[in-house]
Amino acid sequence: MVAARETVERVARIGVDQYRYGFETLIESDKAPKGLSEDTVRFISAKKSEPSWMLEWRLQAYRCWLTMTEPTWARVHYPNIDYQGIYYYAAPKPKKQLASIDEIDPEILKTYEKLGIPLREVAILEGVEPPPGGPPSANRKIAIDAVFDSVSVATTFKAELKKAGVIFMPISEAIREHPELVQKYLGTVVPISDNFFARLNSAVFSDGSFVYVPPGVRCPMELSTYFRINERNTGQFERTLIIADKGSHVSYLEGCTAPRRDENQLHAAVVELVALDDAEIKYSTVQNWYPGNSEGKGGIYNFVTKRGDCRGKHSKISWTQVETGSAITWKYPSCILRGDNSSGEFYSIAISNGFQQVDSGTKMFHLGKNTSSRIISKGIAAGKSRNTYRGLVSANRNAAGARNHTTCDSLLIGDKCGAHTVPYVEAKNSSVTFEHEATTSKISEDVLFYCIQRGMSQEEAVSLVVNGFIKEVLQKLPMEFAVEAQKLISISLEGSAG
Amino acid sequence: MDLVLAKAMPEDKANAERAVGNVFAAAHGRLPGAGRIADIRARAFEAYERVGLPHRRVEEWKYTDLRVLMRDVLPLAQQPDAPALRRAQAAVEQSAFEPAIKLVLVDGMFASDLSDVARLGKGVDVGTLREVLETSTSDAMAGLVLSTTADAMISLNTAMATDGVVMTIAEGRVLRRPLHVIHVATASSASHFTRSYLHLGDGAHATVVESFVSAETACGYQANNVTIALVGDQASLSHLRVKADAADAVNISSEIIAVGAKAKLNLFNMIHSGAVSRYQGFVTLAGKGAELAVNGVNLLRETQHADTTLVVDHAAPNCVSRQNFRAVVDGAGRSVFQGRIIARPEAQKTDGKLTMRALLLSDQAEADNKPELEIFADDVNCGHGATSGGLDESLLFYFGSRGLSENDAQALLIQAFLGEAIEGVANENLRDFATAQTERWLKARR
Repeated sequence: MVAARETVERVARIGVDQYRYGFETLIESDKAPKGLSEDTVRFISAKKSEPSWMLEWRLQAYRCWLTMTEPTWARVHYPNIDYQGIYYYAAPKPKKQLASIDEIDPEILKTYEKLGIPLREVAILEGVEPPPGGPPSANRKIAIDAVFDSVSVATTFKAELKKAGVIFMPISEAIREHPELVQKYLGTVVPISDNFFARLNSAVFSDGSFVYVPPGVRCPMELSTYFRINERNTGQFERTLIIADKGSHVSYLEGCTAPRRDENQLHAAVVELVALDDAEIKYSTVQNWYPGNSEGKGGIYNFVTKRGDCRGKHSKISWTQVETGSAITWKYPSCILRGDNSSGEFYSIAISNGFQQVDSGTKMFHLGKNTSSRIISKGIAAGKSRNTYRGLVSANRNAAGARNHTTCDSLLIGDKCGAHTVPYVEAKNSSVTFEHEATTSKISEDVLFYCIQRGMSQEEAVSLVVNGFIKEVLQKLPMEFAVEAQKLISISLEGSAG
Repeated sequence: MDLVLAKAMPEDKANAERAVGNVFAAAHGRLPGAGRIADIRARAFEAYERVGLPHRRVEEWKYTDLRVLMRDVLPLAQQPDAPALRRAQAAVEQSAFEPAIKLVLVDGMFASDLSDVARLGKGVDVGTLREVLETSTSDAMAGLVLSTTADAMISLNTAMATDGVVMTIAEGRVLRRPLHVIHVATASSASHFTRSYLHLGDGAHATVVESFVSAETACGYQANNVTIALVGDQASLSHLRVKADAADAVNISSEIIAVGAKAKLNLFNMIHSGAVSRYQGFVTLAGKGAELAVNGVNLLRETQHADTTLVVDHAAPNCVSRQNFRAVVDGAGRSVFQGRIIARPEAQKTDGKLTMRALLLSDQAEADNKPELEIFADDVNCGHGATSGGLDESLLFYFGSRGLSENDAQALLIQAFLGEAIEGVANENLRDFATAQTERWLKARR
């Protein structure tokens, strides 16, 4: 018990005030008038020089949004959001038309450098000849799309991707340059009549990434988007659309941070994935929005709709997420397993500390024949946080041979936190095989005692156990993310995770 | 009194609910209890009216939408007359078993002639809800018996309960004979509401069986019953519930149980008949070191709908709970299990396990499982598991290769599957009783 108490104290002492990305960049920005109305929607659309069909689509979504009330079923509590008190559009003020990455406001570049996202270096590398004798490009190159408040500020490696036929650009550009693709797929996975926050996003989204991988192409590098909220009182509403055409493969990473602020900021994103026959999409997230301070003040409200559609036969969508940030997380990355023999995966680590509230999980809809899905969710609750796993697995009448295996484990550190599990398992035919298991416990005293008795410090022992607990999911992350994620986890749980 | 009722029915409510309002108003003269009790009823009815029949948007009733399955509440059944009691007797004789003491409720009214009140031993007191509510001196008792929760169907029961069995077992008393409460329906297209109460004194031991049956001609009725039970410190209660209602009946049973320190509660719940059945239990492990074992079986065919919902609230440290549910679903049946384990902050050293398994025998069958954990204490060991699937083809093939017919092989596998839950019944006689019910179901399946 002594060991446990020490761990609790250490976690409490260090807590969430350790947030490393809480700085603010002082740059001028261009904002839409505060509040939300049809005019705001028109303003955003005009700012982006969008075609009229896009504006119509947004307005329709806005009208849909007006008819709905905020959902209250999730196990999270927060004061009412004043939707008229938010800026729906904020962009770094353009000094002039940018010709190359060198002309980006150096303040922004510095921000990304501080965050460890080397936009400039990568951009310079792009023009540099490969070292003689070496491979033309190191395997571990990553193309980055950096989104600052409401707009994308830089996308790297565009040229090399173009060579492979991959389209990777801010969605606002894609609407102008590839309207046929956007029109064909936008809103087909998360329609404008979807949930409250998705409707809001459809009306006011300002930017995000667009990826199209042509048939048979294996995307030559990891694609990545880095989201940063900087401006005060703004909401960030990004929209990501990824299409993997027949037989293609793409791996996409997403990272997020925000400055430390006393007020709560809203982040309502929508991510749509479409996988056609034999295609595979791997989507990884490291979410590290500002979680609020140790008294629960401030932090990001992260209300995100992520959904993947396995539209083709033998297609596969895999979600991996490491959730350490946000005051409130409300997020259920889902897979619609429509194509026969398609498969979906969901690997999640959700860590909550301080006053964070997490209500996250996944939905697996088995519609096609012989579809399979796998869910591994690891929740760690510390401090006074609430950590809920909420998941749905369903198979309809025609989903013969559907298989699912779910494991969701929760670890409690301290006696002021709560860990909940709310799975829904719905089977509608006799050939399904659904298995679900869940456990909730604390770090075993016996294990700690054993480790300490073998000469490890208390801290090392806890770290070992926590790392073992989440290893299964960490292994699913692409390498560069795994390192970052591991660092993040140790920050969020410093004291117990070493 | 009419004034109270007028207040209870705002003008702008939907037609269906107005019908219920009429049911309550019409039943008014027949509901026992006046003064404070009438107030409790009126308030409970108001609470019911605020939500009406639970529907799929009410989280706890997500899978059992009574607005679709039940539509509205039927008028209260008439007081059973002599022919009705005779028909009830036949049904009672079929379901009674020795050496249990019968306590019979016919269409929501206690039938003393069909019951064995005379055979009750020392320290066991059995009365009726009607007596409790009509005796002005037992106000506190009435309040306890009519205690309610936020659930709409329990509120409706509080408002409409006509009668019930009130059982009090004295401290330290060990009952050799089980108490067998038999609910018989004889009236068709009517509803009945009963509210029973069981108090098991400290250190007492008892077995209580509740059966739900129908007289031959009864059909299309709605039964709504609530049992409130208090299990004293170090007491031990075995509680069985078998629902064998008419094929087109609706049966909503609720149970609110508080378990004292070091007490043991063994629950078994079986649903194998009726069109729509729901059992909802709210068990609070209130005393340190209480132990709970729950086993449940849903056996469904055709378009039957059965729902077992159990909330186990660990409110004290060192309590143990084990929940084990099994469903066998044939035809276009639908089985629902919702189980929740709550460990409150003070409930350290909680040990909770929850297993729900569904066996689907047809492609029209449906099984919805929702096992929940809600944990606020850190030194706990809680877990749940859920599986759904069909019969194992390789096992069927093995039996086939040994010369068993497909039907026999299936029956064997189903029995083995259910056996895991039935074995949890503490009393041997009752275990046999439950096994016999499953065998009857399997035989009818062929």
